[in-house]
Amino acid sequence: MSASAVHSLWTTAATAADPISKIDTPKIEYGQLSPTLIVVGAAIAGVLVEAFVPRKYRYHAQLILSTAALIVAFVAVVMLAADGYGTTKARIAAMGAIAVDGPALFLQGTILLAALVGLFTFAERRLDPEAHGTRVDSFAAQAASVPGSESEQAAVKAGFTTTEVFPLLLFAVAGMLVFPSANDLLTLFIALEVFSLPLYLLCALARRKRLMSQEAAVKYFLLGAFASAFTLFGIALLYGYAGSVSYGTIAQVVDGTVQNVNPALADTMGNDALLLVGAALIVMGLLFKVGAVPFHMWTPDVYQGAPTPVTGFMAAATKVAAFGALLRLLYVVLPGLRWDWRPVMWGVAIITMLGGAIVAITQTDIKRLLAYSSIAHAGFILAGVIATTPDGVSSVLFYLAAYSFVTIGAFAVVTLVRDAGGEATHLSKWAGLGRRSPLVAAVLAVFLLAFAGIPLTSGFAGKFAVFKAAAEGGAAPLVVVGVISSAIAAFFYIRVIVLMFFSEPRPDGPTVAVPSPLTVMAIGVGVAVTLVLGVAPQYFLDLANQAGVFVR
Amino acid sequence: MENLIALLIAAPLLGAAVLLVGGRRLDAVGQWVGTLLSTVSFVLGLVLFGDLLGRSAEDRTLTQHLFSWIPVEGFQADVGFRLDQLSMTFVLLITGVGSLIHLYSVGYMEHDERRRRFFGYLNLFLAAMLLLVLADNYLLLYVGWEGVGLASYLLIGFWQHKPSAATAAKKAFLVNRVGDMGLSIAIMLMFTTFGTFAFGPLLGAEGQQGIAGDASEGKLTAIALMLLLAACGKSAQVPLQSWLGDAMEGPTPVSALIHAATMVTAGVYLIVRSAAIFNGAPDAQLVVTVVGAVTLLFGAIVGCAKDDIKKALAGSTMSQIGYMVLAAGLGPIGYVFAIMHLVTHGFFKAGLFLGAGSVMHGMNDEVDMRKYGGLRKYMPVTFVTFGLGYLAIIGFPGLSGFFSKDKIIEAAFAKGGAEGWILGGCALLGAAITAYYMTRVMLMTFFGEERWKNQPTRSPEAPSAEPAAAHHGEHAEPHPHESPKVMTIPMIVLAFGSVFAGGFFSIGDRFLHWLEPVTGHSEGDSPLSVAAVTGATMVCLVIGVGIAYAQYGRRPVPVVAPRGSLLTRAARRDLLQDDFNHVVLVRGGEHLTRSLVYVDHTLVDGVVNGTAASVGGLSGRLRRLQNGFARSYAVSMFGGAAVLVAATLLMRAV
Repeated sequence: MSASAVHSLWTTAATAADPISKIDTPKIEYGQLSPTLIVVGAAIAGVLVEAFVPRKYRYHAQLILSTAALIVAFVAVVMLAADGYGTTKARIAAMGAIAVDGPALFLQGTILLAALVGLFTFAERRLDPEAHGTRVDSFAAQAASVPGSESEQAAVKAGFTTTEVFPLLLFAVAGMLVFPSANDLLTLFIALEVFSLPLYLLCALARRKRLMSQEAAVKYFLLGAFASAFTLFGIALLYGYAGSVSYGTIAQVVDGTVQNVNPALADTMGNDALLLVGAALIVMGLLFKVGAVPFHMWTPDVYQGAPTPVTGFMAAATKVAAFGALLRLLYVVLPGLRWDWRPVMWGVAIITMLGGAIVAITQTDIKRLLAYSSIAHAGFILAGVIATTPDGVSSVLFYLAAYSFVTIGAFAVVTLVRDAGGEATHLSKWAGLGRRSPLVAAVLAVFLLAFAGIPLTSGFAGKFAVFKAAAEGGAAPLVVVGVISSAIAAFFYIRVIVLMFFSEPRPDGPTVAVPSPLTVMAIGVGVAVTLVLGVAPQYFLDLANQAGVFVR
Repeated sequence: MENLIALLIAAPLLGAAVLLVGGRRLDAVGQWVGTLLSTVSFVLGLVLFGDLLGRSAEDRTLTQHLFSWIPVEGFQADVGFRLDQLSMTFVLLITGVGSLIHLYSVGYMEHDERRRRFFGYLNLFLAAMLLLVLADNYLLLYVGWEGVGLASYLLIGFWQHKPSAATAAKKAFLVNRVGDMGLSIAIMLMFTTFGTFAFGPLLGAEGQQGIAGDASEGKLTAIALMLLLAACGKSAQVPLQSWLGDAMEGPTPVSALIHAATMVTAGVYLIVRSAAIFNGAPDAQLVVTVVGAVTLLFGAIVGCAKDDIKKALAGSTMSQIGYMVLAAGLGPIGYVFAIMHLVTHGFFKAGLFLGAGSVMHGMNDEVDMRKYGGLRKYMPVTFVTFGLGYLAIIGFPGLSGFFSKDKIIEAAFAKGGAEGWILGGCALLGAAITAYYMTRVMLMTFFGEERWKNQPTRSPEAPSAEPAAAHHGEHAEPHPHESPKVMTIPMIVLAFGSVFAGGFFSIGDRFLHWLEPVTGHSEGDSPLSVAAVTGATMVCLVIGVGIAYAQYGRRPVPVVAPRGSLLTRAARRDLLQDDFNHVVLVRGGEHLTRSLVYVDHTLVDGVVNGTAASVGGLSGRLRRLQNGFARSYAVSMFGGAAVLVAATLLMRAV
């Protein structure tokens, strides 16, 4: 159909009738989508496990099922990448809904590994004292029981555990896998909801301090829904602008190289106001997910209230998925608009870096501290995003991979330090921890140094990569602000280290629980990745470099 | 043959490693291991020397490339060696004199518990010094340069339990840092100017002209002055001379080996090696001659006033190296004679120091010459060898010093013009003073009445310099005796060198022909005939000896030093060098640091703390925004979204 043939709705209807008759059967490339499909399948199987497997076997069944699913999915990602889908064979699959390319595979791999490590912390059952003969994890005995009620006591007494967290985790992971690879706006939105809803639920499931946990979940849900509404509105506006939700088509309209114009939208098409407002609103939804200022307010409350394993997983994997989606949106859909969004993102990056770092200084709770730290890191990553160069993409990919393992590891350490009320997250209780438990304190110190970006840790390599990309991409002032914020941030990271190693231990101080191999593995992987990416980052930088090209 | 060069260094390096790492098991044999490996190095040196002699004069440069040290694109540093006539001369001096001093130390350090370590350090020194003279680029030379500095530090402070020794070691190290800074800057300048610091391309090799002459005179002058600064530090030249006197706190063999015969001549080596650079920078050469002339007088005057035998000899060392530096500054007229004097000085000064050590060994480690006297009867071998060294250093006709020093004085006059007269005059004056103070040392030690009788030598105010050899009875009257053979044999060998080396080198201009291909040589244009200069030198010699004899030979020497004239008192205090350094550098530095600390406390800390406080305050205020109400969070998000949209639209508008 040529554009000149379009006169009115009638003629299009006539011609449009023509393609309907030869509509193609939808073609789904199952192989290329296998990582997501495996995880979704395992999640559904997990629901069935909940329904049919006796209670006392569920934990092990779920753990094995989830672990296997994540590993198999990761293997699938690796095989796809080895097959060249990340580079030469990059393509758009599932009728234009999903992109299979370097960034998608890299981020999916990262998410799957982070989820695997997060899964281990979910499954940890040695930290809390046994309740009525049952080993319990960090999750509520029965989510539906009202905190402090008799039914809650009954559930605890009965030794219930919420093994539903495993399928919930898998659903969230499935959504996250789709999110950075979504190639049209509807898929993007669906993925957003698919991974957000299980996270809202997971946030509410803390075993201790349940009211706080539920409050956090409600806040997260309300604000998340609020942000989703903005996103959806933005999607509608963009559709109005481009007549399509497909990334490729929108990009073509933005560039002015569009071929097929949908006559129904001829009036609004190319209206730049729609484009600008729509793009800003979608970006805002993504900035909410990464926790950028001023859309960050949920972060500290939710990070603090959520069960710590959930916080760790959420902080790491959500950030990876959301930044992946943001990258794809800005680099695939809106590159023609970069003169409009770059200055705005500059502003967001600057206030995010400074805001996160500055407010973190006065925090007294380790989980809130790490929440603000994650905000500051979102700012650093944004600096790499703004570079709009291939280096920008690969540096962000590397940063995300490095950051997610540090984060999960750090939160896993937080789960170990406990007193009678559960986790002792107030910083004053951490005084002198280095004298009592030098190993745990040293491990946390490694993570904190990585957060601070000290050389020989992955944090340094990542920060160096994004700042270098930003500077070369013409955002040198951003780098200056970034370095200043890093200096401010270093203060509170080092302060925790000083507190742990150079203060007198408190007599009523917390004890350090001895974890099962699961948490040990999570922390160990975190330390190993931190040091390997810090000492010998080149291989992974190359990998990220190879994976740095989007398909359109 | 080239492959032996690395072994030359490897032997003492191995010794150092074995002795320092080996532990107590080697305590019994340590000294012999050290001496053996030093001798191995000497023998290797002799083999290579024979090989060089067998070649034609143009073909006497051996190079050995060991490995690529720092291969960065434009910055190539290799570990490679270059053995030519100049470095060969040094190798023989270092290993030859070094081996003799190792042997001597076997006797001298016999009763020291930490003997093994001492020999380890000596071997370390040899290895570093050999690296210094064999390196084929300045960066590797710098490694050796620092290595000898380290060894020197360790050996000066060998008796570290004595605060004076520890302080002296620190002082030597610190003063040398100033010079080392010069060398490192010089290397950097070379790299930026020429793009290389290897001897081959820079100074020329195998008949090819180096590129050192291609740079502008200004740059060459800068490089040359920095090299001179380095030389001043290592060779104890004014103004970096203050450490050498204190360095005598080290064991006497160390004084002989490092602080008289070899290491302190490294500066002269550096200047002569860099001849191509200095030749292109006449201004810098003038500075070199001035430094040399000033130092030769300075050291000589200090030497006149010291009652401590080692410190008197230290002043003399400073002065003699001043001669060498003066000669090196004269350019091609003087390079060869600088090195020749360096070698002969290596013989007689090492001999003198070993003699001094022998005297101290027999005198309960007393170092005050006023408590010596008449020792010639008790220590005949020491007396004879020391005496021959004495005759050599004052330039007694026919002995080594006569030939080498005379050439330098001639060369100084040959510089021509007013400079020539002034420099030559200084050199002549120096010769007179040398004769005076050395005669003084000789007379006070070996002649006159036996002032050590009827009094214990160790007074509480004057603790011995050599406490480790405290096996002699405390507070007992000394019983002067000759030292054991292991100590006297090296002294005898060195005495032979003191007597014959100069003549051997000079007859038929052997040394000149040997070294000329490396350093180049030109006859100057002397306003005086050779005979006139020699005559004048002889007159100076006689005057110096005569005055000394009148003062110390004919009159009894008071045991307690008289107050002396102003100059004497100043000279006893090393011509106020330490006072000067203290007032100008230490006080000045203190003032500077104090004011910097003040600025740091008020201004810098103020800014830093102020920033921290304001960031903290800001943090506290921003924190209040986080009030826990989802509604205000939503408002913030809404506001943020509005700003985001507005900003995006605004960007399009502008």
